[in-house]
Amino acid sequence: MNLFGFTFNRKPKSSAQAKERLQILLAHERGSGPSADFLPLLQRDIVEAIKRYVQVSDDAVGIRMDSIGDVSSLEINIELPADQKEAAKADKTDKKAAAKG
Amino acid sequence: MSKVIVVTSGKGGVGKTTSSAAISAGLASRGHRTVVIDFDVGLRNLDMIMGCERRVVFDFINVIQGDAKLNQALIRDRRLDNLYVLPTSQTRDKDALTQEGVEKVLNELREEFDYIICDSPAGIERGAQLAMYYADEAVVVTNPEVSSVRDSDRMLGLLSSKTARAERGEEDQIKSHLLLTRFDPKRSGDGEMMSVEDVLEILAIPLLGVIPESPAVLRASNVGVPVILNEKSRAATAYEEAVARLDGEDIPMKIEGEKVPGLMSRLFGRSA
Repeated sequence: MNLFGFTFNRKPKSSAQAKERLQILLAHERGSGPSADFLPLLQRDIVEAIKRYVQVSDDAVGIRMDSIGDVSSLEINIELPADQKEAAKADKTDKKAAAKG
Repeated sequence: MSKVIVVTSGKGGVGKTTSSAAISAGLASRGHRTVVIDFDVGLRNLDMIMGCERRVVFDFINVIQGDAKLNQALIRDRRLDNLYVLPTSQTRDKDALTQEGVEKVLNELREEFDYIICDSPAGIERGAQLAMYYADEAVVVTNPEVSSVRDSDRMLGLLSSKTARAERGEEDQIKSHLLLTRFDPKRSGDGEMMSVEDVLEILAIPLLGVIPESPAVLRASNVGVPVILNEKSRAATAYEEAVARLDGEDIPMKIEGEKVPGLMSRLFGRSA
């Protein structure tokens, strides 16, 4: 089997992967170098905005940026504590009432 | 006219100091008055690679702070009488470097020397920024490995934005050259290491030379002699050619192992 190994059993070259990963990464870093810097600020603002309505801890917010092919996505994950959803609703109606009154 | 050349890389351990020592020794052997400056304040190593560690009395920082005259701190190489080393301080930290101080010392050196080689520290902090700030040309030392290539790309970005030439405007930008070090032609031929073309395609700067991975480099650093001056080796020859190109000579690039191995060598090579 080894005789034919060189034609049928060749592993993909790792150097090609290195080059491809670098090309993708550097295209991203060169084009939008500072873009990643705003993520922590965005995360802080989002958490602040949510905190006005719901009690969430800083750890409950996950934010990440991803790009696959031509599409870049921003994913924001917020874990709301189950009992807080009710609390938030109640709180909102209270505030509305207070504003009216 | 004198030239200030920074040897930089971003990533540590890729061969900046080895290359600074080899390039400065090579330029001096070609007859140019050359000085090599260690910008790695607090972690000085150029003195050991140049073999003058026991002759350091005053250093770059002493000169910047006015505690010593420049010619008191310059150490003349024992092998080449037109080669000088300006060592850095081992005890101070990088904040001891000031932009005005660096400029003053470089201007003074420009009067005396044809080539001023600045051996940059790793990283992108003050020492590295000041090493490149007044440069006319840059030698970007890169290994054919992802983190080194990425860091080199970052350094190229800084060279074209955070330097005196960049701040002065469009024309007359720093001329950057790629020096690919620790290259293993066999592994590259086997597809285990990026090829010279791969790295060139990514970084898109002119190639100054390719230094093969070689045991001669460690032997040279063991004895404190620049690779070029120590013994005949492939690395020494590759450095000599790179230096000749840096000096304006047109030498064709020969890169071993860049051919894809033929069918027969693959067939027989694999069973070995």
